[in-house]
Order: sequence, then structure tokens, then C-alpha cells
Amino acid sequence: MTALIPRRVRSLASLAEALLTPHGMDRYLELVDPMLVRREIRGLVTAVRKQTPDSVTLTVKPSRAWPGFTAGQYVRLQVEIDGVRRTRCYSPCGSQYDGELEFTVKEQGLVSGHLNRAIGVGSVLNLSTPDGGFTLPAARPGRVLLIAGGSGITPVLAMARTLVTEGHTGEIVFVQYSNGPADALYRTELAELAARHPGLRVVHAYTHSKGGDLNGFFAPEHLARVAPWFRDAEAFVCGPKPLMDAVRDHLGERVHTEEFTPPALTFDTANAEGQVRFKRSGRECANSGKPLLEQAEEAGLSPEHGCRMGICFSCTQLKTAGRVRNAKTGEISGEEDEEIQLCISVPVGDVEIDA
Amino acid sequence: MTGLQDRLTPEQVEEFGRELDELRQRTVDDLGQEDVDYIHNVIKTQRGLEVAGRALLFAGFFPPAWLAGVGALSLAKVLDNMEIGHNVMHGQYDWTRDPALSSQRFEWDNVAPAENWRHSHNYIHHTYTNILDKDRDIGYGVLRMDPAQKWHPYYLGNPAYAALLAVFFQWGVMLHDLEFDRIVKGERKWSDTTEVVRKMVKKASRQVGKDYVLFPLLTGPLAPLTFAGNATANLVRNLWSFSIIFCGHFPAEVESFTEEETENESRGQWYLRQILGSANITGGPLFHIMSGNLSHQIEHHLFPDIPARRYPQIAGEVRAICEKYGLPYHTGPLHKQLWSVAKKLVKLALPRTSPAPTTVGADRQLRAA
Ligand code: FES
Repeated sequence: MTALIPRRVRSLASLAEALLTPHGMDRYLELVDPMLVRREIRGLVTAVRKQTPDSVTLTVKPSRAWPGFTAGQYVRLQVEIDGVRRTRCYSPCGSQYDGELEFTVKEQGLVSGHLNRAIGVGSVLNLSTPDGGFTLPAARPGRVLLIAGGSGITPVLAMARTLVTEGHTGEIVFVQYSNGPADALYRTELAELAARHPGLRVVHAYTHSKGGDLNGFFAPEHLARVAPWFRDAEAFVCGPKPLMDAVRDHLGERVHTEEFTPPALTFDTANAEGQVRFKRSGRECANSGKPLLEQAEEAGLSPEHGCRMGICFSCTQLKTAGRVRNAKTGEISGEEDEEIQLCISVPVGDVEIDA
Repeated sequence: MTGLQDRLTPEQVEEFGRELDELRQRTVDDLGQEDVDYIHNVIKTQRGLEVAGRALLFAGFFPPAWLAGVGALSLAKVLDNMEIGHNVMHGQYDWTRDPALSSQRFEWDNVAPAENWRHSHNYIHHTYTNILDKDRDIGYGVLRMDPAQKWHPYYLGNPAYAALLAVFFQWGVMLHDLEFDRIVKGERKWSDTTEVVRKMVKKASRQVGKDYVLFPLLTGPLAPLTFAGNATANLVRNLWSFSIIFCGHFPAEVESFTEEETENESRGQWYLRQILGSANITGGPLFHIMSGNLSHQIEHHLFPDIPARRYPQIAGEVRAICEKYGLPYHTGPLHKQLWSVAKKLVKLALPRTSPAPTTVGADRQLRAA
């Protein structure tokens, strides 16, 4: 009997879809309440808190379509600024078992600035499904080294909180790099977390002031002092690129990193050749050697995009012919009907995109 | 009649193009929250009218409710197709990056699938506006709308075909993509149409399903009344959009062009052709909204991807530019434009093509003869 109910609900939903064709149910539901939509994910801001003067911490209740996330992953947050939807990636920093999401956003750049200044309790954001492979292995390692720098704390904090909720029985060392005590995000929360969980040790490293558990930029001795067992641990690092590079140089293979700041891409605009054709719109232009996203925009198109640096995949489109070079990896691919990220793909000769 | 190329000197054309480009840029730079709020309001109104119309038909046994329901639903369909659908599908709101306003994803309440329409309308009609043999909106492949189209006894039925097209306009727009006339002439094979047809069948069956099967069934014993109500709303939308669209390009003074005279057009020349090939309709703000601002056909043809609510705002400037360069700016009230179209439909049913031909090509042929 119970098995019948969901089916009936489902057929009711598809009847409603048929009646509301061509726009579909969501376009009507959102007029009643934006949180009611079924196909898109929305988030209602339920709390706004200032931890530091230049950051904001938002608590967001996701709508029903939210599939849950794995600690360490990121979500594309979308807000409307002056009529235009803008996207940026943020890692939720709560435990993956929490019903609500928590985002801490430093005030820098367009979207982050807007989140800091214009978002209040009751605002509704658009969320993507979570993405990213910077996650803890399913079989939790016994020794975990978490290293965070600046706002890179968010995915790493999610990992720490998740491990604590799970009652992790091994050792966790959480090293947080910040300029000084005033910049250290989540100081109190980390202290509370460590007090609650005997296996967790929180270490504050100050790069620009005295009095930390550690001082100065990352150095191998730091690890020797706070986690002498680091060679048997799995390490998760997120923060500014120099920090991640330094840790990687020291630990090699065992390091998992999340790269939000991509390596600088180089483009050869002098030797570009071939034509770029945008099939659906019928536009065509000579290959300028720049990424396809820019070329499309110069041709008057406005393809969807987010990060513009190969992270968020919102710019993915079908390449129907030709070869492109991935500016991040240098890889050249010439497969037909292949999905490519416009923002980091550069045409090599003639290319046709289904856009 | 002056030819397209001889209207303005090359320097003038360039200057004229530059002025319009500037106007465009100024408008684009000014787009923002207001435009988004506007379209959201129109959408909200449209959805509200639609829901109200459908709901009222559940009380359709009470004649005033039936009438009000049909009225609301007709308005909803008109708004959906014109101020929302046509304009969104032109990419006027793509800059907002809102998927619900994306030209690539939008579907309208019309049997013509958005994707087919984007090709035949956005691409073909807006690129080749009023070029004979290229712009398939001239006569929609069934009518003789230009004296340069060769007469054939078939065209004796011109007014009748136009009346039929007006009544079944959404179906006409849908079938337009089949390029049926070209199949008849053997220029196109049936097999080329499979993809297009597949999309038509899918879209049309959903549309017919909701208007003529599901909603009538849901109203139980009132099914025939609901069926009639939905049919009436579709008819109202058809007649209205046919009128607006035919007034946009077919009043008497509007010109058409030949392929030769439009070869290697510059941007300025393209603008020029859009102005000469379009006509506006005068009216109040509500009339403009209900016509999807296609009452500003000239502005729309110059800048098809600028949000339509901006057309009335820039119309004065466009008109001033036209005056400055001695170009006509065709406009008039709806009844006058409709009458002009009707006269043309009747006149062109007959082989005689007076008054003077409107294309340079035909002009030359005449001189040669
Ligand atoms: S815009 Fe984010 S991956 Fe291309």
C-alpha cells in the first residue's frame, strides 16, 4: 500500500507538469515561494553572522532538491547583482551531516562583496549540486592532517567537523595559518570542537604576528613539531597557492589539495589560426587564440559561465568539430562531439561549438 | 523608387551606422535591474492571468465566468507569445544569465517549437529581412506579399489564404519551418525535414494535449465549454499576433529588396534595410506591451536583442536619425496599417502589379523591357 503513494504523487506531479506545459511547475511554484521549486536548488539564508570585519558567515537552508554534500566539496552559489546572475564557488564548512549549510565568505571580488553587503536573513540564493574531489577517503584514515590558510579553511573545517560528528577515533591535527589572532576565522568554534573531541588538536600558526603556536609561513619543522607522525597521515590542504605548494613539496603524494587559484594560463594569440564557428547562433569569427569563452563573448554571445578558470564547469558546451587545447593541462583533444569547458579551451585551428 | 544602395552616400551610410551603433551601445550599457524587474513583472502577470483563466473555466457553466476565463487566458497567451516568448527567445535577456530567461532554453505557449522558430525567425528572417527569395517571412511561403513575386493563378486565393493563416496562425508559424513550398518546388526533400517534424509533433501534441484534452477532461461535464474556451483563447492570440506581425512588414510603403542589391552589405547598409523594411504601429503603453513591443518593429529590427521595453524609449532618437538622413520612418495606427495590408493582399492576388514595383531589381527589369 505504501508503495502506491509515491507513485501516485509522482503521477500527480507529471499530470501537473503536463498541464503547465511548456513552462513547467517550477516557474509557477517559484512565484508562490522560491523555495518550492523542485528541479533547481535554492537556499534560504537563515542566519548571518560576522566573525571578522571582512567576512560573513551565512547559514543556508537548502531546498528539497539538495542532494547533500561530502565534506571538502564546493558548491556554486549564484546571486543576482544588478540584474545579472553571478556565480562563484564556495565550500560549505559545516559537517556534512548538518541539515543546513554554512558558508564563510571573505569580502573580496564581486560576488563575495555582494554576499557580505547585500545578503540578509530571508534572502534566497541559487545553489548548484556539490562538486569537487577534495574529500576524505571513504575508509577514514587513522591520522589526519588538516592544513588551512586564510579562507581556505572552509572545506577543511567541514572535514574536521564531519570527522568529529562521526566520532573519529584516530588523531587529527588542524593547523590554521593566518596573519594573526584577529584574522583567524572560526577560532572559537575550533576551540570548542577540540574541547569536545579529544582526538583533535588545533594549532594556530601566525604568519605576521607573534604569539601563535607556530610562527611564520609554513616550514617543515612546523609539522615535525605538531604532528611528528605526518608521514603516516593523509594530509588535506587548502589555502593560498604558496602554502599549498610548500606543503606539497614537503609531503609529496600524500597531500590532497583544493586549487581555487589556478595556475596562470598562457595564450598564444600571435600564432592563432583557423575559424571558430558557433553552430546554434550561426556566428563565426577568426580564432584569436584566446579561450573560447572570450571568443564567444566577443562574437556577441553570452554563454553561461561561472569561475572563468576551469573550476565550475558552468561553461561546458559541446564541441562538434575541431581540436582544442586545454590551457590548464596543455592537453590537445580532437574528439568529435566532446564536452569542453569554454573558459579554458583554446582552439587549435578550425573549431565548431554547439552554442 | 530609390534603390537601397543609392539612398545615402557611402560616407553617410557609415556615419548613419555609427550613430545607430552608438545608440545601441548606450542602451546596452544602461541595462540592469530595472529591465529584469520589468520582465519578471510581466511574467508574474502572465502566469497570474493564466492560472485565473484556467480556474474560471471550471465555473464555465456561468457565462460571465466563461467569458472572463477566456479573456484572461487570451491575454495570458498573448503576453506569453509576444512580450515574453518572442523577446526572450531573441536573447534579449541572455545577459542576465538566468536560465529561465535564456533564449536557448525558453519554450513558449505555442505549437511552434522554440528551437525551430529560433532558426526561421531569429536567424533567417532577422538576417535577410525583406530580401526576396531569402526572407521566408515574405508571404510565409503561401502568400503573394510583394509585386516582385511572380504571379500564378494560385494567388487568386491570396486573401482567403491570409484569412486562414490568421485564424490558424500558430500552426502556420509551426509549419513555416517545414518550408513546404520548397518541397513542392523540389528544392527540399521530405527526408530533410525529419528532425524538424519530430520536434513539431512533440511540441504540438503537448500543447494540444493540455488545451484540448487534459483541461477539458479535468472540468468533467464542462469539457465542451472548456474546450471551446481554450480554442477561443488560442484563436484570439492567433488573430492578434497575425495582425501585429503583418503590420510590421507588409503595409504599402514598406520596401523589399533583391539579393544583388544586398550583397556585401556593411553594417550601416544592414541597418538601412531594416528601417526601410519595417513599419511601426502607434498606440499607448498597454498596446505596446500587448504587441510585445513589435509595434516598434523598426527599433526591434535594428536591435533585435535589446530588451523590448527599451524600444519606446529609443524610438524618438531612431526617428530623429531617420529624419536627419531623409529616410522614411513608417508608422501609423493599427487600423490604418491593417487596412494597408489588406489592400495589398487583395491587389497582389491579381496579376497586375501596379503601383510601381518596389525593388530595384524589378525596376531594372522594367526599364530593360
Ligand atoms: S566558467 Fe567555470 S569552468 Fe568555465
